[in-house]
Amino acid sequence: MMNEAAGNGVFLGMDPARYLGKMEKSRKGSIRIKSKSRSNVTVRLVWIVLILLTVLAFATFRYKQIDLTEAVQSTFHNIGTVFFQPELTYDTFGGALYQLLITFCLGALSTGIGAAAALFLSLLCAKNMANSKVAAVVKGFVAVIRAVPTVLWVLIFAVSAGLGSVAAVIGLSFHSISYLTKCYAESIEEMEAGTIEALKASGANFWQIVFQAVWPATASYMVAWTFMRFEINFTNAVAMGAAAGAGGIGYNVFMAGSFYLDLHEMGFLTYMIVIAVILLETVSTKIKAKVK
Amino acid sequence: MEKAQDQMEKQQGCAKGTPDFFRKRRRTDLLFAACVLGLFVFSSALTGFSLADGISSIPRALVWMGQNLIPDEQALTRLPKVLSRLYETAMLSVAVTVLAAVLAFLFSLAGSKTTGRGRLFPRLVRIVAAFFRNVPDVVWSILLMFSFGQNILTGFFALFFTTFGLLTRAFIETVDEVSASCVEALTSTGASFFPIVFQGVIPSAMSGLMTWILYMIETNIRSSTLIGILTGTGIGYLFDLYYKRLEYPTASLVVLSIVVLVLLIETISNRVRRAIL
Repeated sequence: MMNEAAGNGVFLGMDPARYLGKMEKSRKGSIRIKSKSRSNVTVRLVWIVLILLTVLAFATFRYKQIDLTEAVQSTFHNIGTVFFQPELTYDTFGGALYQLLITFCLGALSTGIGAAAALFLSLLCAKNMANSKVAAVVKGFVAVIRAVPTVLWVLIFAVSAGLGSVAAVIGLSFHSISYLTKCYAESIEEMEAGTIEALKASGANFWQIVFQAVWPATASYMVAWTFMRFEINFTNAVAMGAAAGAGGIGYNVFMAGSFYLDLHEMGFLTYMIVIAVILLETVSTKIKAKVK
Repeated sequence: MEKAQDQMEKQQGCAKGTPDFFRKRRRTDLLFAACVLGLFVFSSALTGFSLADGISSIPRALVWMGQNLIPDEQALTRLPKVLSRLYETAMLSVAVTVLAAVLAFLFSLAGSKTTGRGRLFPRLVRIVAAFFRNVPDVVWSILLMFSFGQNILTGFFALFFTTFGLLTRAFIETVDEVSASCVEALTSTGASFFPIVFQGVIPSAMSGLMTWILYMIETNIRSSTLIGILTGTGIGYLFDLYYKRLEYPTASLVVLSIVVLVLLIETISNRVRRAIL
């Protein structure tokens, strides 16, 4: 259904004059209402490939003989336990709150380090500030960093720095650096070209351009991006606590679920995390709205 | 005369205002920097993090990576095993993303301001989406472990729930942004709900939706590594296994294979994006 519909009504919301010259007719002579533009063909092709892959995926998964109805039933039961009967037994509320604060701090630290490094790197790879060779190298470097999952970075750093806050923060920072470099570079590239040109013409050096033109023009966007990343880093820090023993509330969730097997406890901790994330999301949305 | 004086005063005001403007800007910049620095120091103290340790750990880690994270012959003999797990992970993230996208699109139609009906229903959809988005995937995977065990379906559902939540929010934003004017136009011609969706919303939002889907496939490969470590499935399990056995060369092969896969998907999705936008 979706594939068929993708081509229809492509004129809507666009300027029809642009398309009048390209009006296509079918063999019978009626006007084609489905555009055969490259974009529509690509979309259709991608959908076909994705759907085929999905079917193939379900056909080739190793399900290991599982009783699906029983598993689903017990999952519903467990979901009920987690979300409708939350209760703390092993942690105190204050203790859990303190762990939440630790997670918050891990997120803040990695965002700060990521932002500081990304500021420099973005200047090196924005098209209007750097030369193209340096930009290509930095972009490639950043793409490789991003391709390694955060948890693997944390575990790799844990070998040389030991499990703990250092490995967690540096591991989390790596992804933040690559993400923020991309975002910052994009906001620098969106700057008005005339500003930089004018400063260059008046003989300003690189750093004068950065501080007098680039920073004032992009600061608000960068703050919005950074806060968005902080939101992501907070959830990542929760995950790292659970999967890489990085401390914070994620570790408590892991212990409650996998060690004490106490779903009530996990439910309570989950609610705390969800509330914290929603608060961060609200702040982030407000900042974004202000910037726009 | 008076007019001229007024103008003079205005100009003087401007001239006075200029240094004030810079001073104010410097003051806000300094205040901002102080706040950030304060937060940094506070967080470091609380978590026991030290910037010096952190920075010095980077070269050490790089040296260690150079010495240990290089696949050896033994690792290469395990390549088929790694590739089969990698294939499983890649397929999992595609399947999850496609199914979640279809469901999320239906939900986004109900939750969008332009196509949703009434006030209560869109708000309800947004709350449901927020719930699925904000419950960490870690919690989902631990929860599902209880009933599904070390099964690929554990990873599937854990990823599905978070992907569904994320995509619903993204799709609502896309539908709101793109299709307001064409929905209005179609409504004014008397079109009913389904023609509006198929002739208006889907065509105009398709490239935006596709961009999100491709992005989610890439993200899900990384998330499934994490979930795999927790639940003992897919490529994450394989990494964890060799990592804990201290067989770093093989673990590095796993990392390299993930990097290649993610970069490949990124390249494909960039091509597609360039073609459709």
